[in-house]
Amino acid sequence: MPVLDITLKDNALIMIHSLFLINNAGDLFLEKHWKSVISRSVCDYFFEAREKAVEPDNVPPVIRTPHHYLINIYREKIFFVSVIQTEVPPLFVIEFLHRVAETFQDYFGECSESTIKDNVVIVYELLEEMLDNGFPLATESNILKELIRPPTILRSMVNTITGSSNVGETLPTGQLSTIPWRRAGVKYTNNEAYFDVVEEIDAILDKSGTTVFAEIQGVIDACVKLSGMPDLTLSFMNPRLLDDVSFHPCVRYKRWESERVISFVPPDGNFQLMSYHISAQNLVAIPVYVKQNISFFETGSSGRLDITVGPKQTMGKTVEGLVVTVHMPKVVLSANLNATQGTYNYDPVTKILVWDIGKLNPQKLPNLKGSLSLQSGAPKPEENPSLNIDLKIQQLAISGLKVNRLDMYGEKYKPFKGVKYVTKAGKFQVRT
Amino acid sequence: MLNHRFLCRNEDLKEMLESNKESLKLEAMKRIVGLIAKGKNASELFPAVVKNVASKNIELKKLVYVYLVRYAEEQQDLALLSISTFQRALKDPNQLIRASALRVLSSIRVPIIVPIMMLAIKEAATDLSPYVRKTAAHAIQKLYSLDPDQKEHLIEVIEKLLKDKSTLVAGSVVMAFEEVCPDRIDLIHKNYRKLCNLLVDVEEWGQVVIIHMLTRYARTQFVSPWREDAMFDENNEKAFYDSEEERKVEQTKPYIMDPDHRLLLRNTKPLLQSRNTAVVMAVSQLYWHLAPKHELSIITKSLVRLLRSHREVQYVVLQNIATMSIQRKGMFEPFMKSFYVRSTDATHIKTLKLEILTNLANEANISTILREFQTYVKSQDKAFAAATIQAIGRCATNISEVTDTCLNGLVLLLSNRDETVVAESVVVIKKLLQTQPSQHSDIIKHMAKLFDNITVPMARASILWLMGEYCEHVPKIAPDVLRKMAKTFTNEEDIVKLQIVNLAAKLYLTNSKQTKLLTQYILNLGKYDQNYDIRDRTRFIRQLIVPNEKSGALSKYARRILMAPKPAPVLQSAFKDRDRFQLGTLSHTLNSQASGYLELSDWPAVAPDQSVRNVEVVEPAGAPALRKSKTAKSNEKFYSDSEEEEEEEEEGSSSEESVSESESEENSDDSNKSSSSQSEKSSSESDSEKKKKTLKNKKLQQQKPDILIITYLPPQIMQKTLLLIIMTKYILIHIVLSISTQFFVNCMCSLLHLCVFLACQFDVVSWHVHVSLQASSPVFVPETSHELLHRMTGKGLSAQYRFTRQPCIYGNSMVSLQLTLSNSSDQALENIHISEKSSTGQNIHRFNAIERLEPQASVTVSMGVDFNDSTQAANFQLCTKEDEFSVSIQPAVGELLLPITMSEADFTKEQEHRAG
Repeated sequence: MPVLDITLKDNALIMIHSLFLINNAGDLFLEKHWKSVISRSVCDYFFEAREKAVEPDNVPPVIRTPHHYLINIYREKIFFVSVIQTEVPPLFVIEFLHRVAETFQDYFGECSESTIKDNVVIVYELLEEMLDNGFPLATESNILKELIRPPTILRSMVNTITGSSNVGETLPTGQLSTIPWRRAGVKYTNNEAYFDVVEEIDAILDKSGTTVFAEIQGVIDACVKLSGMPDLTLSFMNPRLLDDVSFHPCVRYKRWESERVISFVPPDGNFQLMSYHISAQNLVAIPVYVKQNISFFETGSSGRLDITVGPKQTMGKTVEGLVVTVHMPKVVLSANLNATQGTYNYDPVTKILVWDIGKLNPQKLPNLKGSLSLQSGAPKPEENPSLNIDLKIQQLAISGLKVNRLDMYGEKYKPFKGVKYVTKAGKFQVRT
Repeated sequence: MLNHRFLCRNEDLKEMLESNKESLKLEAMKRIVGLIAKGKNASELFPAVVKNVASKNIELKKLVYVYLVRYAEEQQDLALLSISTFQRALKDPNQLIRASALRVLSSIRVPIIVPIMMLAIKEAATDLSPYVRKTAAHAIQKLYSLDPDQKEHLIEVIEKLLKDKSTLVAGSVVMAFEEVCPDRIDLIHKNYRKLCNLLVDVEEWGQVVIIHMLTRYARTQFVSPWREDAMFDENNEKAFYDSEEERKVEQTKPYIMDPDHRLLLRNTKPLLQSRNTAVVMAVSQLYWHLAPKHELSIITKSLVRLLRSHREVQYVVLQNIATMSIQRKGMFEPFMKSFYVRSTDATHIKTLKLEILTNLANEANISTILREFQTYVKSQDKAFAAATIQAIGRCATNISEVTDTCLNGLVLLLSNRDETVVAESVVVIKKLLQTQPSQHSDIIKHMAKLFDNITVPMARASILWLMGEYCEHVPKIAPDVLRKMAKTFTNEEDIVKLQIVNLAAKLYLTNSKQTKLLTQYILNLGKYDQNYDIRDRTRFIRQLIVPNEKSGALSKYARRILMAPKPAPVLQSAFKDRDRFQLGTLSHTLNSQASGYLELSDWPAVAPDQSVRNVEVVEPAGAPALRKSKTAKSNEKFYSDSEEEEEEEEEGSSSEESVSESESEENSDDSNKSSSSQSEKSSSESDSEKKKKTLKNKKLQQQKPDILIITYLPPQIMQKTLLLIIMTKYILIHIVLSISTQFFVNCMCSLLHLCVFLACQFDVVSWHVHVSLQASSPVFVPETSHELLHRMTGKGLSAQYRFTRQPCIYGNSMVSLQLTLSNSSDQALENIHISEKSSTGQNIHRFNAIERLEPQASVTVSMGVDFNDSTQAANFQLCTKEDEFSVSIQPAVGELLLPITMSEADFTKEQEHRAG
């Protein structure tokens, strides 16, 4: 009888019941339960869906099983599968799982199966702190780092020798102050604050090179190492450009509303201050053009490919890190091409052609030309593959956004300040 | 063998745990945690592990905790050994240790310790550290799931914690509320405004929970803002009406938003800018379910922004947008291009985007969308291409202008190389043709020609159905198709067979000469089919169409039965009925009710009593008798409209009050009497707990307050009142802002000064207005305007100003002003504005220049002035095209203050802060 009793009680509400980490090959390599144990056989439903989806990206994020709901994310080749029993906003769980992955990344430098396995104790301690009874407890990396110190090579060596611990001994001060994202008593000899304005162009260009859709998404990443409790104000030359913004919780939204300045007491270290969106209504400068001709012949099981990339609106800056990626149709067996610049590589398994160009020289435009061989007998592909472009332009924010100044209040010293601009291609796609 | 080795390994772990070396123990625990993580059973180590629960080493202790929580349930007896350690730790001076002890204690799911847990929770709920109180809130849920019988006691704790002012606790306690007693909405009333105001500062996860709870709350407490004829006025716009008409207007006005409803909308709005996607979604669903329709558009941008986030986030957000876009196309239409599909999107993302694009299609944008669809049809992802064809079909039925274009496009697709594309096209064409078959017999012919090459059963069945249904349009072809089908009948799929029988029957009725034999042949084949559905159908059809003596009356109607005109299928969105679920929920995502889903109630037809949310004043003990007598007296003064005023209660002054009351009553005119009798009624209905310092309220209702105040409320009385308040310490700060006359405000100012002075003298009170507390919005705004510029001095331009007593939209430190400019000259005045230079240095937010003001016309504009918290007048230049006039605004102190509501406990707290 008592057994039955317990199962009934377990139906009581709880947000995240258990977490399973599963690698791409389908091995379950870590499990954590915040309440009574749920058998890992619940993951069979996940495996079933995983099989059906073929590509890991196609696995539905929410899977229903007779008694549970599985909400999963796929990140860094790992599935984070959480088990839910009752109604909960799915984004709540998804956002939390991503936060877990980010914390791992923050702690171990990368979030991969091997680092998680190597640091399983820290992982467990982290999961214990991040969730209490299925409800998020401490997710701010600043606080977590006070509770559980991240591993460093030196410390883990010292720890093994002396047997000292990884766990913080004092209460994190942040939990008690009104600004949970910053710990007290920060001290630096060199006080510095750096901001990276990173803009990404999302665009779809059609066959003729006309823009079907383009917009700019930007983020401002900050690295702030300032002593004490600095109160910073960042202002822009042209804040009206920003169409839609979202902020780190430290930013005072009211000041933004009334004065269009970013006023905040920063967290210590690296963090994303804000992200913004420049609307599609503004004309978006497209830095490169692509001339392409991909064709498949009706007979002979072959095709031709000819791609040239050239500069368009680069604002006088050099385009670097140019990469063209093509997802070829399944019937393309191999590619025999010739690149005037950079190297190309065709993976016949994933059917992905990558052409790594590097720096774009406006005098001598890079070109990739040659023939494709197709599976004999198969019908020619209906659609030409679209090209995905990757690029980088240093010292330029393509939207024209400019930081005006950074002021610091509340502390006496003079900090080093710096702003860097970078433009990248986001989801930049050329249809053919 | 393996098992044996495993046991051995556990043996050495046991040895390590029992050794004296801390490092060995730690190493052992680390390995054990590794075992747990891999899902291996380490329960037999329980006795060895539990011994270390009292270890001094924090890391070791933590790992032991991890182990305990995992295995305590299985080893209940042994787990009890550790309880005393936790009980000790609960008294530790370090809050971190107290909190973690409570966390572990409450995680040990052993029924026998329920009383201990209950005690620990009760104690922790009053802990000084908010971190410990937060842990207590979490423990409530754990205890509840362990022993639901404790519900009543736990609700008491929840009630206590709901009153907590700490942002750290708010989210967790609301979570506990949602789990333990989501139906006890009465617990929320008193905390509603506090929660709204704290919301911005609560941590992200708590925000989500609170927003969802408040959404449900609001749907039970406020009336719908969606009524067709609703005027979206708010209380503060009342000033535009004559004061005499005010009351009448209020009753006839169809809809006024409850200020608390507005408060919720206003305080959640900034959270749309949160970096946490769950928060943004929570606010969006709150607006969707609670906001007036015309305010909805502000959530669009934020939702579109979320589409940049992770794949999983996109999936959930797109689902919600799909539901929204059915009801409100306009919201997302400007962002149509954000839903364009990329070849790298995951399939489920593609399908959702397609769904949304289809929902957004209208006459204006259909050509753009169709062009986009053309690209998708060619996609390598065939499932997606098929979905696109369906979408085209939906566009074609919804927008009649493009039906033909779509149909032609689909016919072209019939010659596509890919089977799924062709099949899907056939199915969609079939549906489209049903709407207008007569004009399209050539398409049917075309499809008949293609028939041999199509192998997908659904497509074949569709073509056969078309042939049968419209056999009169293709009289030559249909029998031929039937002939071919008779040959292949036995090899067809079941759905195709059914349609062959169907076609045969219809042809038999319309063209029996050519098809009689064929039909009989097919019916014979069907009679011996393996599938009973087909046998049944064949038997039925035979009885129906082939006349014989046994067939009843039905066969007479065979033609009418089989050839009845059939309604065209309606192609509609798969998200059509998803709106029955609250947006942003798991149930919405799954499109089926998840366990624990709480239905969102419909708006009440009549708003429940709003006064329940007024924060009650805690009566000091020892004066219950006085309180009673006062209740009786103040009843008649209760007037629901003036709720926002802070309450003031003073026992000692009641005698004075009653004097002035009786006096004023005698002198009040008729209108006042009627209004007070009205209020009497309302107060008897409503909860009479709330008492007001009513003297002032009363004055507000009267027509000529100045005189009354001067005559019957001499400042001395007020002084004494306040003095008594202070002396008897029954204090509630009360700054009445809703007094209309300058005189009264001045009185108040001097009184305030006096109070501060007295307070310092008696060392009892210090007066402080704490801005971070709830700033209540005024319910009463005086209509009195002050002269800014007389029409004589202004050469025809006159200006009046009044304080709107709203938070200024131009800046926090600004005072909001409303200027009414009128032109009493006989010429139009041009370019009215405030000149750039301000002589006294105040920061002024100017109104936009008025280009032209016609004679006898007037215009109302708003501006903000930062008086720097001083009563110094703001001087500035009001300019027209030709002239400049110097004007000045002198604020009364009252206009600069922010009204706040404060309970006695708060006041005492504030007081302690500022003693001396």
